[in-house]
Amino acid sequence: MKEREIVIIGAGPAGLAAALGAKDKGAKDILIIERDQYLGGILNQCIHNGFGLHRFKEELTGPEYAQRYADMVKSAGIEISDRTFAVKITNKKEIFCLKPGEMMKLKAKAIILATGCRERTREMIPIHGFRPSGVYPAGLAQKMINIEGWIPGEEAVIIGSGDIGLIMARRMIFEGMKVKAVIEIMPKSRGLRRNIRQCLEDFSIPLYLSHKVTKIHGKERVEKVSVCKVDESFKEIKDTSFDIKCDTVLVSVGLIPENELLEAAGGLIDKKTNSPVCLKPYQTSIEGIFSCGNCNKVYDLVDWVSRDSYEAGGLAAMYANGELK
Amino acid sequence: MKYDVAIIGAGITGAALARELSKYELNIILLEKEIEPAFGVSKSNSGIIHSGTQNPSDSLKGKLCVEGNRLMREEIAKDLGLNFIQCGQLITAFDEEEKKKLFEIKQEGEKLGVPGLEIKDRQWLNKNEPNLSKEVIAALFSPSAGIISPYRYVYALIENATDNGVILKTESKVLAIEQKGPKDFEIKTEKEYFKTSFVVNCAGLYAQEIAEMIGIKDIKIVPRKGEEYLLDKKRENISNHIIFPLPSKNSKGILMIKTSDGNPMIGPTAHEIEDKEDLSTTENGLNEVLEGVKRMIPSVDKSDIIAYFAGLRPSCGKDFVIRYEKNRDGFLNMAGIQSPGLTAAPASAAYAADILFKNGLSCAKKKNFKKYRQRPIHLFQIPLSKTEELIQKDPSYGDIVCRCEMVSAMEIRQAIKRGAKTLDGIKFRTRAQAGRCHGGFCTSRIMKILSEELNISPLEITKKGKNSNIIKRIK
Repeated sequence: MKEREIVIIGAGPAGLAAALGAKDKGAKDILIIERDQYLGGILNQCIHNGFGLHRFKEELTGPEYAQRYADMVKSAGIEISDRTFAVKITNKKEIFCLKPGEMMKLKAKAIILATGCRERTREMIPIHGFRPSGVYPAGLAQKMINIEGWIPGEEAVIIGSGDIGLIMARRMIFEGMKVKAVIEIMPKSRGLRRNIRQCLEDFSIPLYLSHKVTKIHGKERVEKVSVCKVDESFKEIKDTSFDIKCDTVLVSVGLIPENELLEAAGGLIDKKTNSPVCLKPYQTSIEGIFSCGNCNKVYDLVDWVSRDSYEAGGLAAMYANGELK
Repeated sequence: MKYDVAIIGAGITGAALARELSKYELNIILLEKEIEPAFGVSKSNSGIIHSGTQNPSDSLKGKLCVEGNRLMREEIAKDLGLNFIQCGQLITAFDEEEKKKLFEIKQEGEKLGVPGLEIKDRQWLNKNEPNLSKEVIAALFSPSAGIISPYRYVYALIENATDNGVILKTESKVLAIEQKGPKDFEIKTEKEYFKTSFVVNCAGLYAQEIAEMIGIKDIKIVPRKGEEYLLDKKRENISNHIIFPLPSKNSKGILMIKTSDGNPMIGPTAHEIEDKEDLSTTENGLNEVLEGVKRMIPSVDKSDIIAYFAGLRPSCGKDFVIRYEKNRDGFLNMAGIQSPGLTAAPASAAYAADILFKNGLSCAKKKNFKKYRQRPIHLFQIPLSKTEELIQKDPSYGDIVCRCEMVSAMEIRQAIKRGAKTLDGIKFRTRAQAGRCHGGFCTSRIMKILSEELNISPLEITKKGKNSNIIKRIK
């Protein structure tokens, strides 16, 4: 078991900023564990602009924003283990990781969790009906289109008007797909106002508020969805049902902090939000295990992830050298 | 060439028969309409290896179930490298009236030869099933019941059967069967013609259509839908046994099911429907399942659900119909194989083989029958120390593709070598995409591995064959 001062799990925007924060507060020995072969996490598939207005006072794309932080981390001489997958942590701050050809066993003075979040799925809502191909979490569709160059279908309906769903509406239009509707169960969209304007209104994509998808049709590939209006308690209003023909359904119904490592180590998790229970900022219920970025709480803007994670990294460094009481 | 036996349907019944007959010097062909085996009725099986209770003591299915259970415990799990877990089952009683019924079920079970049945009292339940509702006053304990992955059971049987010479043809829907004479049939599929001496109909929901092809009109299959809901692995220990209510007229009721992969499962509903492809789930089904299971385990919560699906039981009256058609010499029906068909499968296969031998099929045993099938490695089933050893031998066991279920690139490649062609095929074999994120993270990586191993374009990759392609264009 190799001893390390600070181990950060995840090299997305939160992990990279936390590493810089720890370094600036005097940490000498920092290791970032990253499962991908690139730094920057989900930013790499967010090729639209709008990032960095607060942090860098200019408008960047996701990959550009990620590159700035990757460069800072590299020039700070911080060690990174890529293609490395953390499978287990313990309350003694041991970390077990798998990578091709090797299992790494580490013991850290402080751990910083920067594991991000995952998308809620159709199963969690749940949306009933058939289970054909053509139903994608919006983030998966984004990865397929932007990273792989794979276009999922011809005609899409988007469930949920969160920012990823809105951005993907515009993205699919740019790729020559039709976006027939965005269906939102709430009376108001959760997405940023600028995204509603730039991604839906500019392309005349209808947004159905207070509506829900009641059934997905199609045995092999999606053929259509049934939609209806809902009342204040989200119950179907009779005789308002209609069908929309489509071969693709994107599900963009929110994000959940990814905290299974912490939970398995015995850390307390808020059942409602899946965030860690933190009595002091960024400190989980296990002493010496810190949490920042989207696995701590789901953010709207990456700029605030960077700001807060930098602070969390500093706290972890202070803890590791005994300054944090 | 003329085959000795053509088996129609590569679900659990056809797969078990193929493996049973592969012990003999026979030319056997196994025809499946889907792109992979187990994609019909078997894929939505609950995975329970029943003890044999809840069946009439004079029923064929009861006898075959008890024997199938014994075969699993004593031979098959070991021979085929299956992860069979003998967790036992409880049938619960909520009042004195129901408790009396437990004694009746016990008696009926004992007549069938179900081993070890015992009525357990509240004190035992407190200790051994702590999350059980306090309203339960007693339960019938059946220690021989257990759990298994239903599709991996089918895959194991087929791998072993093909290793012993059985020819498997997928995407081979049977379109017509012509009887040319006694023990002389010609089968037309979507792609080819086959001549064969014997035909066995294991076509599940479509057993009626297959029987009708040679003029047998009394096999009537009524699909009975069951919706099931899977809970997060975090709730693995919500129960220690499979827990049943008292059986109703049509089904064993809504259960708390343990699964061999860890995720508890709740369900199934039981509703007769008409469409043999209606695998949709419904709001009403979900509510019915939640209500039914909460009565027994009150701490089950809707937010624990991570996945759901529906399956169809191919019912044909009350019992299995395993019948040699004297007027269609050479034709054997295995129809109406609903629950406990998975448990009974190896016993049903031996029973069917015996009928075929009595009707003239050659029963010379193969000298070099390979009894064992190599167990696939699943990281989720082994401790980390073992994983470490594997990675040192083969680096790609350390290349994790599916984060929720910890599935490595090596396991995905092995699954493809063993026959997976689709995303669902990979999921059933390895669990990749079966966890809480539903493939949000790993789908594109799996598609790349499939494309590489099968040497096909990502455009050709499907979820489950036919028109279930994942992408439509490449930039």
